Amino acid sequence: MSIASTIKAFTLWDFVKAHALTLKYFFKPKATINYPFEKQALSPRFRGEHALRRYPNGEERCIACKLCEAVCPAMCIVIEAEPREDGSRRTTRYDIDMTKCIFCGYCQEACPVDAIVMGPNYEYSVETREELFYDKQKLLDNGDRWETVLQANIAADAQYR
Amino acid sequence: MSTTGEILVDKGDIAVAQVEDEVRIQNYTINFGPQHPAAHGVLRLVLELDGEVVERVDPHVGLLHRGTEKFCEQKPYLQSIPYFDRLDYVSPMCMEHTFVLSIEKLLGLEVPLRAQYLRVFFAELTRISNHLLNLGSHVMDVGAMTPNLWLFELREDISLFYERASGARMHAAYFRPGGVHQDVPLKLLTDIADWLDTRLPRIFEDAISLVADNRIFKGRNVDIATVSKADALAWGFSGPMIRAAGISWDLRKSQPYDVYDRMEFDVPVGTRGDCYDRFMVRVEEVRQSARIMRQCLNEMPEGPIASLDRKVVPPKRGEMKQSMEALIHHFKLYTEGFHVPAGEVYVATESPKGEFGVYMVADGSNKPYRVKIRPTAFSHLQAMDFMCRGHMLADVTAVLGAIDIVFGECDR
Repeated sequence: MSIASTIKAFTLWDFVKAHALTLKYFFKPKATINYPFEKQALSPRFRGEHALRRYPNGEERCIACKLCEAVCPAMCIVIEAEPREDGSRRTTRYDIDMTKCIFCGYCQEACPVDAIVMGPNYEYSVETREELFYDKQKLLDNGDRWETVLQANIAADAQYR
Repeated sequence: MSTTGEILVDKGDIAVAQVEDEVRIQNYTINFGPQHPAAHGVLRLVLELDGEVVERVDPHVGLLHRGTEKFCEQKPYLQSIPYFDRLDYVSPMCMEHTFVLSIEKLLGLEVPLRAQYLRVFFAELTRISNHLLNLGSHVMDVGAMTPNLWLFELREDISLFYERASGARMHAAYFRPGGVHQDVPLKLLTDIADWLDTRLPRIFEDAISLVADNRIFKGRNVDIATVSKADALAWGFSGPMIRAAGISWDLRKSQPYDVYDRMEFDVPVGTRGDCYDRFMVRVEEVRQSARIMRQCLNEMPEGPIASLDRKVVPPKRGEMKQSMEALIHHFKLYTEGFHVPAGEVYVATESPKGEFGVYMVADGSNKPYRVKIRPTAFSHLQAMDFMCRGHMLADVTAVLGAIDIVFGECDR
C-alpha cells in the first residue's frame, strides 16, 4: 500500500469525497416532478388508452373488418357486426377488455381506416374491475374526448408510418 | 426442545432429559423470499444457516412462470414479439432482438443496413438501461441508497427515448422481423447523442464514484462469491458473469449479428471473479455501449428501416391506403401472418445479462412448432449454492445483486 493510499484511508477520503459530491447534488434542481400538477411530455407515438374515432361528419370510422380482433395477441377485442339499416357494414358490438390488453399497439397498426387508436391518456384508473371492460360507447366517447389530440398525433407521426 | 433435539416428556414429577455429552445444534433453515425486496422479484431461496454462515442455498424458481414458450406455439410469429418484451422486462429490446433474428434466419431474410444500425443502437441503449438498474440495485442491496436514485434519473431518460421511438416506455415491440417498426423521429437521434455526451457520463460517473472506491462497498463485495475460470465454464456462465471470471467471451465479438462486426469496442474482463469484479465489468460495459452507440450515430446510413419483402413486412400506411395489392398484403400479414419455411434454428445474442438464446422449430406454417428460450439467469442461479456457501447471510443479497437476475426471463 502506497503512502498516498494510506493517508487516504486514514483521512476517510472516500467518505469525504462522496459527501462533498452528494452535497453538490443537494443544491441542484430536483429531478422529480410534481405529479399530477406537472407531467412528462408525451411523444405522438405514445400508446395509452384506446379510442374509437369518427369522421368529421360524425360517422364512425370502424367498418368491422376485424383486423384488430385477429391481430390482438391477448385476444382482448371482441367484435360483432351486421349491416345497418342503410346497408353499410358497422359493428354492433366492439368490446375491449382492458384488463387483458398488453398495449402492444397492433390494433392501431392493423386498422386500415384509423378507427381504433391508442390515445395519449394514461389516467383512467377505476375502482372496479367491471369498469375496465370497455364497450363501444365508452370507446367512441374516448374518441370524441381526445379527437383533437389524436388528430395532431397522427399528423405529427404520419411521415414515419 | 431440549439441546439434544428431543422433546421433553413429562414422566410424573420430574421431567427426564437425556443430556448427552455432546450438545448438538440444528442448523436453521429459513426462507429468503419470495416476498423479499432483495430477492429481485419472486425468487425463493431456502437457506440453511449455521449461525449466520450459509451452509446451503436451494433456489426455488417458477413462481413467475407464464408459459411463454407454449404461448408462442399458438400465435403467428408477429404476435409473440410483445411477449418477448415481457421475458426480461429490464432489457426488453434485447429479448425481441433474439426472436426476430431467429425468424429472419429461418426466412433467410435480408435486413436493410439502417434497420441493422437502429437495432444495434437500441440494443445498446437497452444494455445501458439494464446495467443502470442492476448497478443501482446491487449498490442498494449492500446498503447504499443514493447511486440508485441518480441512476434511475438516467433510466427515466432512457424510458422517454424508448417512448419516442416505439410508443411505450417499457414494452416496446419495436424490433420486427425484417427490421424495426417505424423510423426514429428526426430529433430523437440528436437528442440521444447529446444525452450520451452530457448527462450520461456526468451522472453515471458521479454515481459510480460514490461507491467504486468506498471501503464499505468494497468490504461487502471484494472476494465475495469468487468464481474461478474453470467453475465459470463448468456452470455455463455467460455475459458479465463469465467475463468477471476472466474469460473474454462476448457473443457480439465471437459470432457478431447485425452490424456488431463493424463496431469497435472492448470487452472488459475481471481478474478475481468476485462480486466487485462483476460490478466493475458492468460499469465498463456501460461506457463501451455508449461508445458503440456513438459509432452507430456516426455511421448510420439513410434508407429503408424494414425489409421490402411484402410477404413478411407489411407495407407503409400511405401505400396501404392507395394500392390494392398493398392492402391485400396488409390484411394477409395482420391476420394470417407470414409463413416460415420448415427448419430449426438456434440464435443466441449477447443480452445484457448474458447469452440469451431462442431455439425455434418451424413446420412451414404461420406459427412456430416449438420455441425454446434459453434464459441467462437460470444457469447463474444454479450456481448460487456453491457461490454462497461459507459466506454470511448478508452476502447472499450481494451475490444475488451481482448475478443480475430477472424472473420474467428465468421462469419464462
